[in-house]
Amino acid sequence: MSRAKIQKKSMFIDMTAMSDVTVLLLTFFMLTASFVKKEPVQVVTPASVSEIKIPETNILSILVDPSGKIFMSLDKQTDMAATLQAMGEEYGLTFTPQEVKKFSLFQTFGVPMQNMKSFLALSTEQQDKILKDQGIPCDSTDNQFKSWIRNARGVNRDLRIAIKADQNTPYAVIKNVMSSLQDLKENRYNLITSLKAAPEE
Amino acid sequence: MAEIQDNGGEKKKGKQKKMNIRVDFTPMVDMNMLLITFFMLCTSLSKPQTMEISMPSNDKDITEEQMNKVKASQALTLLLGDEGKLYYYEGEPDYKDYSSLKETTYDADGLRALLLRKNYDAVMKVRELKQKKANLEITDEECKKQISEVKSGKDTPTVIIKATDKSTYKNLIDALDEMQICSIGKYVIVDIAEGDLFLIDNYTSQGELSKNAVS
Repeated sequence: MSRAKIQKKSMFIDMTAMSDVTVLLLTFFMLTASFVKKEPVQVVTPASVSEIKIPETNILSILVDPSGKIFMSLDKQTDMAATLQAMGEEYGLTFTPQEVKKFSLFQTFGVPMQNMKSFLALSTEQQDKILKDQGIPCDSTDNQFKSWIRNARGVNRDLRIAIKADQNTPYAVIKNVMSSLQDLKENRYNLITSLKAAPEE
Repeated sequence: MAEIQDNGGEKKKGKQKKMNIRVDFTPMVDMNMLLITFFMLCTSLSKPQTMEISMPSNDKDITEEQMNKVKASQALTLLLGDEGKLYYYEGEPDYKDYSSLKETTYDADGLRALLLRKNYDAVMKVRELKQKKANLEITDEECKKQISEVKSGKDTPTVIIKATDKSTYKNLIDALDEMQICSIGKYVIVDIAEGDLFLIDNYTSQGELSKNAVS
């Protein structure tokens, strides 16, 4: 009995079509990409039935973590730089062009002005490590938060303010933020929430 | 990894050599898949939802009287307490009677039922308008306009939300959410007053405090 001869054939799967599909998908994802922002603290937003989407540009977002630390972010780098310089003038600090550039690349910031210089001198990894323990002071004696908002508003008139707070944040903190905004006559702002299905009527 | 295969030795003289050129796309696909995975993981496809809110201004020009202009019969004051507790009173509170303050919950049969009852007419009208929109009888803008008209109508209740320092942000959002569900157009968030804190304490102690105050 002779063994059946196994035919040696080069198995060649045509990958061209597959490649086409993947490239198409890749293009789609690249075009729709809006990257997740790096946030120093994890924030779980409460759910609401509101279906208004937040606009993409000219957003000044205020991040409030459960322990009441406040962070801010602006979406334009030019605004960031101009705001920092305005803040520097107010607090009697001058920033070198390198420092301003470094600051404008931040995605979220929240350091007391006193520590700003030393913070900017640190490396990116160290900044990430200590940023979550910082936060912008916002109390009656030292309300830097208010100054930040005022200066950011001065730089860009069209800014919309969005507050993103954790669902377990005590109201006392939110009240503080809201009354600071009220003092600046910022009476319209957005509260960021996650979607919850509307109840059956 | 382009592979060039020639078709064996069946070459005929004079005829041009037929070359079968096939390019192996497997590594290309691998790389694309990797990139797709990267983009899928790094994008946030759904934009966050927001809730628009306008607060009363802190202007000192507005006198106390103007702020309290709301008709007592149409006012409903919500007090957001700690640990998810929610109290409310209608109109003016009676500081002597602890039972004028009532306790409710954030659930559908608590606050929502109360507000729907208070705002029955407006809710019905809004539902009607939404139904009309669904049947394409009126346009989207028209519907929105009419809804906002109904919401700011004369007989709709005004809700005053007062949050204690111990309540959480979630409580506030839940309360605001109910305003939206129940089509309440007039609501305001104000700071809690001493009197309201007293009401809550009085309620939790079942009237002990007001008894002591009288005697």
